[in-house]
Amino acid sequence: MHVVDLEQQSVRDLNAALHRLTPDTNETLWQVTNSGGKHAIGAGVDAPIDIVIKGNVGYYCAGMNKQASITIHGNAGQGVAENMMSGRVHVMGDASQSAGATGRGGLLIVEGDAAARCGISMKGIDIIVKGSIGAMSAFMAQAGNLVVLGDAGEALGDSIYEATVFVRGKVKSLGADCIEKPMSADDKTRLSGILAGAGVETVSPEDFRMYASARRLYNFHIDNLSSY
Amino acid sequence: MCGIVGLFLKNERLQPELGGHLSRMLATMSARGPDSAGIAVYGSGADDLIKLTLRAADPAADGDLAGKLAAAIEAGVDLIRRSNHVVLTIPKHRRAPALTWLAQHAPDIDVVSAGSRMEIYKEVGLPERVANRFSISAMRGTHGIGHTRMATESAVTTEGAHPFSTGDDQCLVHNGSLSNHNAVRRNLRREGLVFETENDSEVAAGYLTWRMREGDSLKEALTSSLDALDGFFTFVVGTRDGFAVLRDPVACKPAVLAESDDYVAFGSEFRALAVLPGIDKARVFEPEPATVYAWERR
Repeated sequence: MHVVDLEQQSVRDLNAALHRLTPDTNETLWQVTNSGGKHAIGAGVDAPIDIVIKGNVGYYCAGMNKQASITIHGNAGQGVAENMMSGRVHVMGDASQSAGATGRGGLLIVEGDAAARCGISMKGIDIIVKGSIGAMSAFMAQAGNLVVLGDAGEALGDSIYEATVFVRGKVKSLGADCIEKPMSADDKTRLSGILAGAGVETVSPEDFRMYASARRLYNFHIDNLSSY
Repeated sequence: MCGIVGLFLKNERLQPELGGHLSRMLATMSARGPDSAGIAVYGSGADDLIKLTLRAADPAADGDLAGKLAAAIEAGVDLIRRSNHVVLTIPKHRRAPALTWLAQHAPDIDVVSAGSRMEIYKEVGLPERVANRFSISAMRGTHGIGHTRMATESAVTTEGAHPFSTGDDQCLVHNGSLSNHNAVRRNLRREGLVFETENDSEVAAGYLTWRMREGDSLKEALTSSLDALDGFFTFVVGTRDGFAVLRDPVACKPAVLAESDDYVAFGSEFRALAVLPGIDKARVFEPEPATVYAWERR
């Protein structure tokens, strides 16, 4: 196992070493210590490896991740796993704003809460937050699933496209063009898969309500002017 | 972009280390604000004395300021010089004649703050250098607030550096920008408040001073500022015995809080808190939007 101490080495050194890895690498286990809230730890990794970060991280940790499984034993700053392509990012504490923003694939798991704008403009990623999420989450979300075991803040799913949001707790308010929809058998199967993938066994898909686009704002219509 | 740090000690044993911790926290926020830095420290004090923090453009402005002032106000004057700042301690009841004498005889000297316990130091330059210049690391106290500024709305000057103080022992630092500060300033001037700059953050400080003058607690003043002030903000506010944090309803500007049995600490980013002892045991969390967090020394 590679251990990288960020009091001894820079984040730039760490990321350069991770970027040099090839798809068939044998160096599949990495541990990062003394993360100290530094920014962009493990950003841009493209290899099937496991990275364990012992401590809190700053902005954009695991951004653009492809293939790697990255676990953060602490809280994550803004934009954790932003634009993730594939792989898995697991935050053991809370995540700050814009967690999983613009993510295109993979799974982001947050054990605690996620702050405002969680899943903003998500494009295919699955996000599961075991606590609650802040305001303006899933804003302009295009594809993928956002699953929340706790509550959601104001203006959930504002201007949402074809992403789906599942919330078990209370929703403070829905944003423009986001409505509750009945869950189909396919929706329940998809939700069950995400719950199982995140190791959630005690919660049933029946406990959730589903929110998605009313599709009224897709094309310009003069009657909707106030909603644009 | 700006950087904010704050430290409010619960454990008295940490008081000798306050300045050291604040200096280290401030240095981590250099990248967020390399233009100027400032720090407010709440140290020792007595109820019948008042501390005036003064700033002169020329550090060696007047070698015998204390002697001349003492003669003029017929009272004891204690003077501590730190670079181009001077802290005068005088009897509280001689404050008015002292300020009048200073305005007449030392018009180039700015009065940065007044209070029984608070001292404010601020200057242009990299935060670490500013902290070293005033020997912040050697200061002891109960709480303190620091700010690193990246100027966006007004010039890089010492006057535009935070913290802003508009009332005794009160200070405010701000990350963000206010959009209705001109209108609020006009109303506050009508209420008798005096503003030294055209800066938006000074208006926020003045608003809180006005509300507390009208009887609000720090928490109540901050709660009403949510309606009165329009714009982006994360505020950290100090009073003689209090420490508070407020973010605007959109929570545009970053904020991290840590609380343990020993202290409450604020940082714009976790990096600022990572230098604190026992941070791995503290509860680290992001303050909610539009929610006042306040602590008071008992």
